[in-house]
Amino acid sequence: MHALGAFAAGLIFGLGLIVSGMTDPSKVIGFLDLAGRWDPSLAFVMVGAIIVGMIGYAIARERAVAFLGGAMHFPAARQIDQRLILGGLVFGVGWGLAGFCPGPAIVSLGAGQDKAVVFVLAMLAGMALYEIAEYWLARRGRLRAESRP
Amino acid sequence: MQIDWSHFTPWSALGGGILIGAAAALFLLLNGRVAGISGIVGGLLRPARADIGWRAAFLAGLVFAPALYSLWWRLPAPTIEAGWLLLLVAGVLVGAGTRYGSGCTSGHGVCGLSRLSPRSLAATLAFMGAGFATVFAVRHVIA
Repeated sequence: MHALGAFAAGLIFGLGLIVSGMTDPSKVIGFLDLAGRWDPSLAFVMVGAIIVGMIGYAIARERAVAFLGGAMHFPAARQIDQRLILGGLVFGVGWGLAGFCPGPAIVSLGAGQDKAVVFVLAMLAGMALYEIAEYWLARRGRLRAESRP
Repeated sequence: MQIDWSHFTPWSALGGGILIGAAAALFLLLNGRVAGISGIVGGLLRPARADIGWRAAFLAGLVFAPALYSLWWRLPAPTIEAGWLLLLVAGVLVGAGTRYGSGCTSGHGVCGLSRLSPRSLAATLAFMGAGFATVFAVRHVIA
């Protein structure tokens, strides 16, 4: 049942990205180009999504279990640290260069866009790179802690 | 500032946004999970993979959406200006950045701001600011 709920949510999310025009990188870049001829559409997408999302969250926060069973997994992190900001900045540069963020890129992959295939493969490589770096840093930290007298 | 009236589509943007918000709300209520796409993908690449089922199902929904849409309407033809090399570089930056910063436009931008999370607001300001600066540099400084 959890898989079915996730599939439905992904499907509606993807339809929303197509309807809103956000699967077109030139439209995203049109929003990011404040100094050029500016297309405010992306801001309208965010406003629509956030208003409905707020209603969903208002209902969800009162619940201890999800409708399909299992705990509610609200993000626990609160801190605004270097990781958050640096990660956001790196992501933003990539977003501005290609006009793709993860969701629209995966939907475009489904639409058979060959450039989206390349982007998603590179994105997976970037994510794998992060996992490898995290793994080595954690390992190095452990070794250093063990070698301490 | 000059508005690009020929490309500005307020109604379809708002309508699509409502669908995105509905999907995020549905996922939170049904599955008790945040619809953060970079996190959903990234969780499949962890050394200790967990929850493969629902992650793969959500991504399958995203991938299948164009096929469902095209049953009734014509899929919009995107314009992808970036060349292959730029797409590769951008993809790596988006992948590594979203994982290091714990989220992307969906997780921080839509879900986080819906929860009025200061952390997600800070992340959103960071990636939007970097996006604005990057497009400014590419279109108005380099070009």
